[in-house]
Amino acid sequence: MTGQLDWLKGGIALGLTFLLAVILVKPIGVSTQFVILDGLIWNTFSKELIRPDSTAKSGYASSNAYLDKSGGKYAANIKNPANYSFIFALSMILGGILSRLLAGPTPSARDRVAPASWRRRFGDKSGRRYALAFVGGVLVLIGARLAGGCTSGHMMSGMMQTSVSCYLFALGAFMAGIPLAIIIYGRK
Amino acid sequence: MEIFLALVLGTLFGFVLHRVGASNPENIINMLRLKDLHLMKTILLAIGIASAVLFIGLTLGLINPGHISIKESYWGVLVGGMLLGAGWAIAGYCPGTGLVALGDGRKDAVFFTAGGLLGAFIYMLVYANLEGGRLLHAIAGGKSTLAATPTHYPALLGSIPGLVVALALAMAFMAVAFFLPDNKDSKLSVPK
Repeated sequence: MTGQLDWLKGGIALGLTFLLAVILVKPIGVSTQFVILDGLIWNTFSKELIRPDSTAKSGYASSNAYLDKSGGKYAANIKNPANYSFIFALSMILGGILSRLLAGPTPSARDRVAPASWRRRFGDKSGRRYALAFVGGVLVLIGARLAGGCTSGHMMSGMMQTSVSCYLFALGAFMAGIPLAIIIYGRK
Repeated sequence: MEIFLALVLGTLFGFVLHRVGASNPENIINMLRLKDLHLMKTILLAIGIASAVLFIGLTLGLINPGHISIKESYWGVLVGGMLLGAGWAIAGYCPGTGLVALGDGRKDAVFFTAGGLLGAFIYMLVYANLEGGRLLHAIAGGKSTLAATPTHYPALLGSIPGLVVALALAMAFMAVAFFLPDNKDSKLSVPK
């Protein structure tokens, strides 16, 4: 089980992980936690962002419409960051570290700056890669929040539950992702 | 107890994403430009296995149906999917794999994650203008599934037993996983 797993072993491991999460707690999702971390940062600068509100379902309300939605669910999570979903997302970083230390696939120093396809196309300069990775991050999270989930929550957790919305999501993601990847990185 | 589970399951998920190569943007880019589909095969097999066991467990009453959580359908899901797909192709990361890549010591993932925080912040600010609009208006039965579940969520194919629909879909996912080509070129991107 060293290095990168082939698709058969990897697919079984990944499938069982998603299954275990649903059996024990709830379907896996990640992108909401970017909102929670933003809210935590924002909340340190603003006294008015989140306030206790006994009429709200979660017990909290927010001056921001997004944090206030669904009965102030996100607002409550920002007030209590030691909640399941936030700790789950942070733990994923730990999982990556552990796998690397326990004989998992290890990137080279150059891979850590930019993947090989990128270097072949745009060279070894780090600045452009970092700028475009940043732009990609902006697009990915605007998209994930508009869609209400990301690759984990929609594509994986959604499809295993036969959710209709995840087919819409996967259609959009591949419809944009495949042509753009071919345009940027070429086919060969 | 929940926090302990979050720590264990989150670490496991990060570990597995790293092990299957999903946190390596080279694998994502090569999947999206249809050069190496091994990650696509991994994902499809995972969905098939998880779905089949989930619905068998639900039917036998071994899995708590209260854990089922279905997201709503609206046109913004398609548009959001496209935006995510574009960023995914550019960066080679999605929100979860970007986090795992931080643990992998990838510097571009730091910039991706920072961009992600800005993107989520932008959405927080524009949400008030989208709320109640057509982009977020529920379609296709709202929080609906294809296969019937023992929950309040509506099923589009509700006249057929949920297990039958789910197993048919799961087998289709697994069949595609088996028949898609496994490009051995992928070994080139696997460091020893």
